[in-house]
Amino acid sequence: MAEREQKKRQAPTRKEEVVEEAPAQSAQGEKLKEELDELLDEIDEVLETNAEDFVRSYIQKGGE
Amino acid sequence: MAITKVCGIETEFGIALRGADESNPITTSSLLINAYVARLQRKVGWDFEDESPGRDARGFAREGAMAPEIETHLVNAVLTNGARYYVDHAHPEYSTPECADALELVRFDKAGERILALSVEAASEMLLPGQEIGVYKNNSDRKGNSYGTHENYLIDRAVPFARIAQQVTPHFVTRQIYTGAGKVGSEAPGMSSTEVPFQISQRADFFEEEVGLETTLKRPIVNTRDEPHADPQKYRRFHVIIGDANLAEVSTYLKVGVTSIVLAMIEDNWLTGARDLTLEAPVASLRRISYDLDLAATLVLADGSTMTALEMQWELLDMARKYANDRGLECVGAEVGADVLSRWEHTLTALEVDSMSLSTQLDWVAKRKLVEAYRDRHGLGWNDPKLAALDLQYHDVRQGRSLFARLPMERLVSEESVVEAMTEPPRDTRAYFRGRCLQRWASSIAAANWDSLVFDLGEDPLRRVPMMEPLRGTSAHVDTLFQECETPGELLEALGST
Repeated sequence: MAEREQKKRQAPTRKEEVVEEAPAQSAQGEKLKEELDELLDEIDEVLETNAEDFVRSYIQKGGE
Repeated sequence: MAITKVCGIETEFGIALRGADESNPITTSSLLINAYVARLQRKVGWDFEDESPGRDARGFAREGAMAPEIETHLVNAVLTNGARYYVDHAHPEYSTPECADALELVRFDKAGERILALSVEAASEMLLPGQEIGVYKNNSDRKGNSYGTHENYLIDRAVPFARIAQQVTPHFVTRQIYTGAGKVGSEAPGMSSTEVPFQISQRADFFEEEVGLETTLKRPIVNTRDEPHADPQKYRRFHVIIGDANLAEVSTYLKVGVTSIVLAMIEDNWLTGARDLTLEAPVASLRRISYDLDLAATLVLADGSTMTALEMQWELLDMARKYANDRGLECVGAEVGADVLSRWEHTLTALEVDSMSLSTQLDWVAKRKLVEAYRDRHGLGWNDPKLAALDLQYHDVRQGRSLFARLPMERLVSEESVVEAMTEPPRDTRAYFRGRCLQRWASSIAAANWDSLVFDLGEDPLRRVPMMEPLRGTSAHVDTLFQECETPGELLEALGST
């Protein structure tokens, strides 16, 4: 059976801090969710209207 | 001590003319480049004399493997930033100027995206109503056709090619965990969206060999093209075809920065005698890693042991740290080298703890987050064309259309410095000489190539200035010369080229 080198690395200390600050984290989580929602709204606006046609008609010749 | 890892990236962009009954990608690409050049500067033709892409690093020439004359009738321009902008096969291609370190290359790679975007704008003025050109910095059309993003690194010719190929392969197979640009689905034969809904790399589906000369079929992990564009007795230009096209600056920075360090270690024979990371099946491992978003897949090594891609990258980082302590990192830029090491470590740590925490740093994570959020919101299946459209539009170079441009991605270079890099050459390589000459005397330059400039002073014969040393012709070398010379004739006289 193969020998596997086990390397345990310390998790970054940053992680512990986050766990302690639970309220701040959820507030930050809310903000992130809002930002993501705004982004998705924006993407709904700019995404090519006929996705199927857009994807199907995108044909390239191989390169390199 | 390894030589300076002068580096560059060549990108073939995807291109589509929409709203036309029929379109030819070569014509559209030509239109794009001509429109840019017409808007900005006088075109200087490329000189093909020293091009020989059929030459093989393993020591045998394949006559006519890819005859350069196929390309000679196509549009070909050299820009004042020292880059080459041309039509390659059926794609517009931008080759950055030679850069002395990874951070500088991030800047010139990003400048290429801006040049393509401006080209689209310029070309649009020549289109009929209802037509538009889309340009994409990605690597596949999602139908099995792939086009490349190639890196180049300067290596001492004395290093045996077999050693490079063997020792760099584990890195090339595993680096995709931070260089991957992400892809919805798979283009490998027989793979469905159920088996591979999303994968890390754009390119993993297309590699079939371990080592070889080809770039368009039977693509190899290590490419053997041997065309140094520099003194062939001293240098090798290591041509890397396995990278994804990156938009995320951190991905590009790590791709080039880490690879430069790994190549420096190979050049200094630092890895010989260290733990042998040779994989039993590199090609199969490449896909296995790309399909495994949890980064947990184990790879079998030639010695029978197993490792994950992350563990292999940790192993390389450990060796790089020891190398840096012992030999220093001057060859990749001391400051940039130290920064690359620390970012590399931070990235591996974050990938280990929670890869999604890198959504503002790495392309594949950013795209994955976007695709999954959009999918959740609209309750879409993985094979919904909207997700494929999202994948494609992530790479659009037009800022108004680009989905990448809407993400809060970390920048490593200022937009101002990127705009400058569209027209100003890097200062620390021979690209400076090329770029400055083009800025001042384009009308007297008959042709340009990576390793020479040909002047036409209106009298016979044409005069060729060889540039066989990638680190000569820098601002430190030639600024005084440029100050003293008013005309190209004076420059040639001062250079002793009679």
